[in-house]
Amino acid sequence: MIETTQLSKKYGKVEVLNIASLEIPTGQSFGLVGNNGAGKTTYFNMLLDLIRPTTGSITNHDIVVNQSEAWKNFTGSFIDESFLIGYLTPDEYFDFIGDLRGMNKADVKLFLTQFGEFFNEEVLGKKKYLRDLSKGNQKKVGIVAAIMGNPQVIVLDEPFANLDPTTQIRLKKLLKTLTTDKDVTVLVSSHDLSHVTEVCERIVVLDKGLVVKDITTSRETLKELESYFAV
Amino acid sequence: MISHFLKLEWKQFFRSSSFSKSIGAKILIGFLGLYFTGCFLLIGIGAYWILKKQFPEQDPLALVNSFLMYVIVADLIFRYLMQKLPVMNIKPLLVLPIQKSKIVHFILTKSSCSFFNILGLFFYVPFSVVLITQGYNLAGILGWLASMILIIQSVNFFNFLVNKNTSVLVGLLLLLIFGYFIQYFNWFDLPGFIGNGFDAVYQSPILCLLFLVMLIGLYMVNFKQLRNEVYLDALISEQTKEINSADLSFLEKLGDLAPFIKNDLRLIWRNKRTKSSVWMIAMGLLYGLFFYPNPMYADMEFIYVFVGIFSTGTLLINFGQFIPAWDSGYFNMLMSQNFKYERYLKSKFTIMAISVVALFVLGIPYIYFGWKVLLVHFAAMIYNLGVNTHVILLGGTFNRKRINLDEKAAFNFQGTGAVQWIIGIPLMILPMAIFGLINWLIGFEIATATIAVMGFIGIALHKKFMAAITKKYITNKYVMIHAFKQEN
Repeated sequence: MIETTQLSKKYGKVEVLNIASLEIPTGQSFGLVGNNGAGKTTYFNMLLDLIRPTTGSITNHDIVVNQSEAWKNFTGSFIDESFLIGYLTPDEYFDFIGDLRGMNKADVKLFLTQFGEFFNEEVLGKKKYLRDLSKGNQKKVGIVAAIMGNPQVIVLDEPFANLDPTTQIRLKKLLKTLTTDKDVTVLVSSHDLSHVTEVCERIVVLDKGLVVKDITTSRETLKELESYFAV
Repeated sequence: MISHFLKLEWKQFFRSSSFSKSIGAKILIGFLGLYFTGCFLLIGIGAYWILKKQFPEQDPLALVNSFLMYVIVADLIFRYLMQKLPVMNIKPLLVLPIQKSKIVHFILTKSSCSFFNILGLFFYVPFSVVLITQGYNLAGILGWLASMILIIQSVNFFNFLVNKNTSVLVGLLLLLIFGYFIQYFNWFDLPGFIGNGFDAVYQSPILCLLFLVMLIGLYMVNFKQLRNEVYLDALISEQTKEINSADLSFLEKLGDLAPFIKNDLRLIWRNKRTKSSVWMIAMGLLYGLFFYPNPMYADMEFIYVFVGIFSTGTLLINFGQFIPAWDSGYFNMLMSQNFKYERYLKSKFTIMAISVVALFVLGIPYIYFGWKVLLVHFAAMIYNLGVNTHVILLGGTFNRKRINLDEKAAFNFQGTGAVQWIIGIPLMILPMAIFGLINWLIGFEIATATIAVMGFIGIALHKKFMAAITKKYITNKYVMIHAFKQEN
């Protein structure tokens, strides 16, 4: 369960985010949509304690994120390429993250075997640094690294952007299995309304930092969202 | 068009996020620059009379000429290590209606106005003026001066060309040593031979046109090379070489520090930016050779402390002062990962500590200059381990400047500037002062022991220091995250 209470963020006098209350129950697949500057990434950054809130707090499984670091044990995340270490090869990077997540080399290897299809044989075992991979392949590495070590909460910012159509479909499948098979809470943000409605049970629309819609996904959701965003 | 470029440069300088932080360092560098110019000017004016007095039977100009080979080679080496080539972020300009050749010409012209090119003139010009007033042939001296200026410019462009190539640096160093030895053993006077060439320029000044041809040639080669690199794929293609990852599994013994230490070693080996500090280590280790053979310093024992701290601490200083900025590119990821900050800092500490001990061991041959030297080096090593490591980690909390490790810009080969030498000063001045004072008041043994004891105290308090430093890092976390996101 992730609870947000009276959360706001101001830069000078400009308020970029203000969420009075938002509860994301455990096991929910949660989607965040909104135009540029709506506050999606700001919210995720605060959830990961990379930015301090001006007021209020976020509680991740009973841990206030900016007071204790214990949430890091069960939270995996990928925000952007700045989460990758450019001078490592993908394999070395997975080993590194695996180390931090308490997996040994054999665990990491076993874990990665299930992603052979996802990587399309373009990532593993290739003697290339992460910085030399294409944007799409970098994203794949980041997403897979975020779900290493069986996290209970997975935070992905714009996971569909830059991915090729095949991988987008595979990613959707992956995210669905994560939430159905296990007790995993998945938070994604996206600009692509159809992807989000397909993957998420619940969608929250942000606009200029405020929650303007909170929808439980149904067949009509996509239409509802499209008409909302078509101005 | 040029004014556009100049405006961009101006804005880049003043709007960079590091500007306000490094303004102090910039002023310091300015003063250093003034100091050097002053020195060169004084030497330039006085050289004629000094040489005349020291070597009355030789011609001062010929004497200067016979040293020019060393000057030129040293200049090249110095530039290789220190000169920042003019980086202009040209990527956004490529698609604009600006002729590519114009961009390249601007970059090249800008480089020829660098301080490194002007500094030498402060010696050559007054020296030439003095020579003319002393009755030397006007045309000859002007030809000679022109040759010097042309050579400086040629060196500038030559440096541009060799910048990718460390083997050229090795070659230059060998040439320097080789030239010295064959002269020393009287086999062949290579510097003198080259000096004769410069004498000839004075005799027939028209020869300076040869250097003009050389300069134009070098400029053309540079132009051609850069002109071909003003493409995106030229910037990228260099990078996609097959890489071989070394097996670092022997580091697993270090337990939970191992992943970080492995990463740091890779960081150092795989990035252009950090590779140059590996060269600094070699320089630092040999630094004592500037001082110890010179009898002038034989009685100045505080110099031992300086050399000791410096030679055992080059990696400590070069690597340490950019903690945690080395990791700025993926700092967000580290901050949302599951590990204790202390573990991260401890891994950095361990690398520095190992390097200090290793460099001390490599420096043991300094015992050739007397047991006192080695003793002081030992004390300096302890001081580095106990005090400077912590000081530099603490200093890291003030790092607000992003380092772009995967900078692909073809023109940015060296990120190391003179700034990092300046930050090193407080690390060395303090122990030197303490040592010097006690050595003067009481004696050598006590002074050495004091330095070592200070180090031991630091080692004893290591846990406490680390806890305090970690706390400081954690409180600065958000500021760092914010700063590291800013592109310079």
